[in-house]
Amino acid sequence: MKGSLTIIAFFIAGVLLSRFNLLPQRLVQSDYTLYALYFLMFVVGISIGSDKQALKALFKPNLKIMALPLGTILGTWIGVSFASLVIQGMSLPDCLAIGSGFGYYSLSSVFITEFKGAEMGTIALASNIIRELLALLLAPLWVRYFGKLAVISVGGATTMDTTLPVITKFSGKEYVVVAVFHGFVVDLSVPFLVTFFCAV
Amino acid sequence: MLIVVALMACGIITGYLLRNREFIRYTGKVVSAAIFLLLFLLGIAVGNNRDILDHLDTIGLKALVLTVAAALGSAMMAWLIFKYVYKKQN
Repeated sequence: MKGSLTIIAFFIAGVLLSRFNLLPQRLVQSDYTLYALYFLMFVVGISIGSDKQALKALFKPNLKIMALPLGTILGTWIGVSFASLVIQGMSLPDCLAIGSGFGYYSLSSVFITEFKGAEMGTIALASNIIRELLALLLAPLWVRYFGKLAVISVGGATTMDTTLPVITKFSGKEYVVVAVFHGFVVDLSVPFLVTFFCAV
Repeated sequence: MLIVVALMACGIITGYLLRNREFIRYTGKVVSAAIFLLLFLLGIAVGNNRDILDHLDTIGLKALVLTVAAALGSAMMAWLIFKYVYKKQN
């Protein structure tokens, strides 16, 4: 939760500073974002490449343990596809790109901002923060109505860090390993899937 | 778009080659710093955009509808997997 607050603080600081014209115009109307994003993707690549577990999950997927993360991804896509029918002004790829943040709001929103504009980026930021909150605040309800794995699926990419405590509490200790692996795989999928849906 | 994918692929190869170096441990911190910077820049773009500021309520509503649908969809898949994959094994 502390991480989320830091991130929101940076975002809000940017909003306020530019809203009240406290920044040099050069900074406001610049393309630094694109280069910062290129840098970020390169470093994300390094973090995947130097991580033995990440490489293993990427190149030697095990179908049995992959069932839940795949279900989370597929279920999210099904859900946002329905949502795209009722939300005006958002195409199916828009909804799929934002949904594929799976709660990893920082990375997905900066990405979507660059390729779909600041409005979609803001929706992505809000949507993925809400996803984390839905998992944290409604954990007992997900478990009661959809079973012990549901809060892990709703938690998406956050189940190896911020939402792990509530999962431990409401699904049980025996699901910690499932949750960590799930968070790991879903987290890893975010840069790939968001790029893909921004491109189509 | 291709540039991004290519950069990430280069990063994966670089990370693999340098995986035993000491400084690789700090990549997580560098990623966080880059993300903070980018969100600050996103904030600047939003604060400078009247169109978004005037429609924050509809933006929030869209985000909420989208997310509730995403959460319900994934919870239902989790329920199916719990029933047919996890329970069957026990």
